[in-house]
Amino acid sequence: MPEQNKCDQHVLRLTRRKALKGLAAGLSVLALPSHQASASVWESFFQSHFRELSKQELQQTLARLEKKYSAQFGQKVTVKATPAIEGVLFGYGLDLSRCIGCRRCAQACVKENNQSRDPEVQWIRVVRMDKEKGIDFSRAEHYYNPDQVPEDGHFYMPIACQQCERPPCTKVCPVKATWKENDGIVVVDYNWCIGCRYCMAACPYGARHFNWRKSQLPPEELNPDTHYLGNRPRPVGVVEKCTFCIQRTREQPGRYPACEEACPVGARKFGNLLDPKSEMRYLIENKRVFILKEDLNTQPKFFYFYAT
Amino acid sequence: MKNIWSFFKGTLVLVGRGSKAYYLWALFLLVLMTIGSLAYVYQLENGLGVTAMRDQVSWGFYISNFTFLVGVAAAAVLLVIPAYVYHWKPIKEIAVLGELLAISAICMCLLFVTVDIGRPDRFWHLIPAIGILNFPQSLLAWDVVVLNLYLVLNLVIAVYILYNLYYQREPNKSFTTPLLLLSIPAAISIHTVTAFLYNGLGARPFWNSSILAPRFLASAFCAGPAFMILVFLLVRRYTKFRIQDAAIHKIAELIAYAMFINLFLLGAEVFKEYYTDTVHLAPMQYLFQGLHGHSALVPWIWTALLFNVTAFLIFLIPETRKNHVTLVIGCLLMFVGVYIEKGMGLVIPGFVPDVLHEIYEYSPTGIELLVTVGIWATGLFIFTMLLRVAIPILNGDFHVADDGVNSYIGDQLFLVHQKTDDVEPPLTTNDH
Repeated sequence: MPEQNKCDQHVLRLTRRKALKGLAAGLSVLALPSHQASASVWESFFQSHFRELSKQELQQTLARLEKKYSAQFGQKVTVKATPAIEGVLFGYGLDLSRCIGCRRCAQACVKENNQSRDPEVQWIRVVRMDKEKGIDFSRAEHYYNPDQVPEDGHFYMPIACQQCERPPCTKVCPVKATWKENDGIVVVDYNWCIGCRYCMAACPYGARHFNWRKSQLPPEELNPDTHYLGNRPRPVGVVEKCTFCIQRTREQPGRYPACEEACPVGARKFGNLLDPKSEMRYLIENKRVFILKEDLNTQPKFFYFYAT
Repeated sequence: MKNIWSFFKGTLVLVGRGSKAYYLWALFLLVLMTIGSLAYVYQLENGLGVTAMRDQVSWGFYISNFTFLVGVAAAAVLLVIPAYVYHWKPIKEIAVLGELLAISAICMCLLFVTVDIGRPDRFWHLIPAIGILNFPQSLLAWDVVVLNLYLVLNLVIAVYILYNLYYQREPNKSFTTPLLLLSIPAAISIHTVTAFLYNGLGARPFWNSSILAPRFLASAFCAGPAFMILVFLLVRRYTKFRIQDAAIHKIAELIAYAMFINLFLLGAEVFKEYYTDTVHLAPMQYLFQGLHGHSALVPWIWTALLFNVTAFLIFLIPETRKNHVTLVIGCLLMFVGVYIEKGMGLVIPGFVPDVLHEIYEYSPTGIELLVTVGIWATGLFIFTMLLRVAIPILNGDFHVADDGVNSYIGDQLFLVHQKTDDVEPPLTTNDH
């Protein structure tokens, strides 16, 4: 970004923030009698875009959310905003010859990422393909339900956000509520999204999910370790998606995404694409990997391969 | 400033007066608006889950209506071009009614978008300077800009002309003409941008076809003007306002050409998909034939095609075009036909099958229908009120009184059957 542009944005940001604060203050005076609760309602209503929050405002926002969630779920909930680690670009690998279609990844994802249980939102979709036909979505079965997997004559393909290098979903957002972070993770600011669902129309992988109803999440099933851009509880009427478990993978020492850990056959791989010694780089260099819908030029960082 | 206030006061008095038919119509619309609002409150409290939309089909009936109505709004330009580019008098007299229709249609568009978004409370995020409008990257941001510009443009033109006529002044041409000429590309742009909104998505092959924007424009010049003709026939029968046959027949003729282009472009798309027969054929198969036993849209699209072709023939043949019984039938068929084709027929197959080829059959819930009816009633209410003010002004029945302050209202009744209707002024073809 040119320097001048950056500078202009900064000026704009300051004035906007000031204007909003003034407005918020003015309106909160109107909202008499001013309870604590109504003050926090105003604060959240007038909260700026995540990327425009100053350090101090970010801390205040995180504290406000922690307080809110802790009260809501009756336990200590932390909300982090750990930034991307310098020199890291996350990539994912999936070995189709190993996957047995058990959907443990999808379930582990729901638990880790605090998705609504009713209606249940799942970020990972596993589809069943015919071995005879190869990868052919028009013949895929989304709701296979046998007594035992794997089934003869079939293989399975888990699909989640492909964390595109050129994401079509972020381009279309009318309010910049979703963007690609420096470590390649495509995130959503749940407090800024207006719920127009244009990104869902733009995503070629069905990776985006909408909170059609108020999220139902029993307190005992809550994962209290949350990230602002990841698995914190979501409000109704906004879009959510896989974040490569941002609350785990950005920590130092980091942890693998929940789906990777849950896989019983080791079909899932994860690592830093910029590290020449990482497993991901080994796979890309030594296995014949492919990406989904290559012709759309979305450049996914989610690589499929057959190891055997 | 004082003048504006007394004009405004006068219009308020005016819209409160009218015949029994006018009161009944307004009351009827207000009841529907109330029902629609209640349904919307229910949706707000329970989330968009009360609609039939889901992750697979994430836009539905609301956005279908929105898309259709953008076309209706753009169609005012079909009156503006003959009136102000070719200075054809019979249409010049009525062009302002087209602008009023555009205003009403845009209001409906904005309402349909509002009820469709999950967080209407965050609407301000779209406002540049206090929110963040992702312009020029997002086509939706473009749409926000051009729709609002078009709304303002039409409001300014129509209100300025009517305001001056009320004060019995000739509207200043050097002010109106540039704006009117600007409204032509503006009308085309709202429709093009709305088409591009769908068109630019590589994920959705049904929309990702370069013929989409031309198709959008062609169909816009069908449904909107067809509705205008119906309004003209009603206005002429129930008010003192005179509209020449020549104007109506000319519009009908233009509709015939537009419908021909629309059908031709549709045929081109159908040919391309069916003949190449790739995996991208699936949405079109779903629409016209049904896919894997799912065929909710099939009867609708064939009805629409039948209506459109019939209407095309009615408008094409001079005898049926000039016979007002067949003309009314043609207008109704065309309006409904395009409503289906360009509403649900365009939006839903974009999502069925979805990007992973899952088939979720969408059909709107009762709440969606009620909210939609409420918005249509709101649009018709706005249009009725605008006509209530505009028509007496154009007739010279509503203007400033001799004292220069109060208003003179000659037309207390508005909607009353006009006996003189059958005596048409002689048809003149050489008044260019």
